[in-house]
Amino acid sequence: MSVEEQYINLYKQHAGTIEKNSAGALNDARKAAFERFSQRGFPTKKDEEYLYTDIANSFAPDYGMNINAVDFNVNPYSSAHKYSVPGLSNRIYFVVNDQFYDKEQQPKAAPLPDGVIACSLKKAAAEHKDIVDKHYGKAAKDSKDGSVDFNTTFAEDGFFLYVPKGVKMPYPIQLVNLMTSSIDQLATCRNLIVIEDGAEAKLIDSIFAQNDHKFLANRVTEIFVGKGAKYEHYKVENTKSDMTNLNHIFIELDENSDALVNELTLQNGLTRNNVEVNFRGKNANLDLCGMAICDGEQHTDTDTLVNHWEGGCTTNELYKYVLDGKSTGCFSGTIMVAQDAQKTKAIQTNKNICLNKEARMYTRPHLEIYADDVICNHGATVGQLNNEEIFYLRSRGIPEPVAKMLLMFAFVNDVEEKIMIPELKDAIRMMVERKFRGEIESTCKGCASISACHS
Amino acid sequence: MLEIKNLHANINGKEILKGINLTVNDGEVHAIMGPNGSGKSTLSSVITGNPAYEITEGEIIFNGKNIVGMSPEDISREGVFLSFQYPVEIPGVSMVNFMRTAVNEHRKYKGLEPLPASEFLKLMREKKEYVELDNKLANRSVNEGFSGGEKKRNEIFQMAMLEPKLSILDETDSGLDIDALRIVANGVNKLKSKDNSTIVITHYQRLLDYIVPDIVHVLYKGKIVKTAGKELALELEEKGYDWIKKEVDGE
Repeated sequence: MSVEEQYINLYKQHAGTIEKNSAGALNDARKAAFERFSQRGFPTKKDEEYLYTDIANSFAPDYGMNINAVDFNVNPYSSAHKYSVPGLSNRIYFVVNDQFYDKEQQPKAAPLPDGVIACSLKKAAAEHKDIVDKHYGKAAKDSKDGSVDFNTTFAEDGFFLYVPKGVKMPYPIQLVNLMTSSIDQLATCRNLIVIEDGAEAKLIDSIFAQNDHKFLANRVTEIFVGKGAKYEHYKVENTKSDMTNLNHIFIELDENSDALVNELTLQNGLTRNNVEVNFRGKNANLDLCGMAICDGEQHTDTDTLVNHWEGGCTTNELYKYVLDGKSTGCFSGTIMVAQDAQKTKAIQTNKNICLNKEARMYTRPHLEIYADDVICNHGATVGQLNNEEIFYLRSRGIPEPVAKMLLMFAFVNDVEEKIMIPELKDAIRMMVERKFRGEIESTCKGCASISACHS
Repeated sequence: MLEIKNLHANINGKEILKGINLTVNDGEVHAIMGPNGSGKSTLSSVITGNPAYEITEGEIIFNGKNIVGMSPEDISREGVFLSFQYPVEIPGVSMVNFMRTAVNEHRKYKGLEPLPASEFLKLMREKKEYVELDNKLANRSVNEGFSGGEKKRNEIFQMAMLEPKLSILDETDSGLDIDALRIVANGVNKLKSKDNSTIVITHYQRLLDYIVPDIVHVLYKGKIVKTAGKELALELEEKGYDWIKKEVDGE
């Protein structure tokens, strides 16, 4: 039996239950997605986009899927302080495995501005049908990735954020994905973010894992940024060595909009980050960046595709990896500039440090340009720490391990500088420091926290 | 202070230093001059423990301790400072963070507590005065985007912060205009005392007008071939190195 077959059979048996536990647009898209998944299956290492990550194999083990939407019986708000960025607890939402948690509300949550909707996607599909119907599945529609079809086939719920025209969110929203279960668990979760014209919002989308079970998360987030709107998305991963995290982000950018995506992978097992951005209007800007700090046998693979369909838009892309132990990093980035997208400015940079001979980095920067009046460049480097710099620091009395750490800090500094929320920047810097100091073990089973102990 | 005996050193298997003997006493200023490729910079790297070089023979006794094989950080904390010919730019590491780490590592070595932040910043402010270093430079990344002169001033600033017993100034005059040269030399002179010593490595007499040496050595082909008073520097300025090369090669 192929890896796909068990899931195909599962869907056929439980299609009714899945629909019953979901709603509206999620169900409307399900059957077609299932047909595509049945044909495509999961991507394999024969696919250009998945050369270094065997994602089908990640789905092979016998994970539990919570098709019946059984309650996981945890109240994450009781320990919200562990997952919340210190000094930033205004509004925090939880998705436990793949279920949006709304049995309790956040105590003392800051009020939402008029018209802003933040709730379960399932609820939104029923209560705000027009908004969800208009957007659901539209950003991901061109994906040829079978794991996205898998998500659409099985996703019952997730997070929904709607910021109406001209409304500026006064604080960032935190969305915490918490993996916790008494069995090995596969979570299929779907998020939808709609930022209307002239609106502004920031989302910290973090994922944590706790206890001794294996987890596989397959998440799809679709984001729509309207004309002149501003949106920042921080994806923070602090999970554990036996976690597989497959994360898809699709973004549609309208005229004059500004978007920032920063993917910060600090502790993980196998992670695959896919980002696809489509410029749908002129003069929009995208900052796309991320860093991965890996040791042990961690594996972090990033695949980005930015399509400049319209002219006058800017992309600044920067990914950095620091690899220790036997870890592997992969980066594959494509920036496409369509024939009519004149005056495009695009820079793509991927820089990597392998701290020893066993760590491996695979990088494939890629530009595809069909327009003639553009400024585009790309570059990638893989290297070690610079011996001259190490000697310079040591000659001032700084011990070798500290000197190396300072240089590693310096290396990821420009990605940290792209964290525009000061409280989050501080929290990330602290975690990065602890990781570099070796205080976070590569075999860590995860105690799910953004700031506190990681034993 | 420093006694180097029969020092031999290689880089990538090639012998650069071929038996150096040198004694520097407390409070003395020594100049080491010599033509390109004679081994001047190698000597400074070897004394400060650069792992790129291999010491094959000899001893470097610093205040009674043989520092051959000691790590660069320990040599620094013992009190040896090297002002680099080409200071390294380190983007992302702020000067403040760099210096605070260095000063506190020195203190730890001496069994002292780390300096409280306010006292550290006060110390930075004081020491910057020695070389008229701009406040803004101190807030930037180490040497990043600094001009040649700023980099050298920054070296002397670091020297002021770490208060070494022995300072080695490797081609500190290279790339400096006359104003910067004066500022750098003033800084060095203000830091001079009867207890600390300086080795000035230079090509030209120019710097020695400002930092006046007690003793001048000529290094050639990995050996010290001539030692005399400060008048030797003037003679070299006038006549070049050819006569010394002839003397040595003709032997």
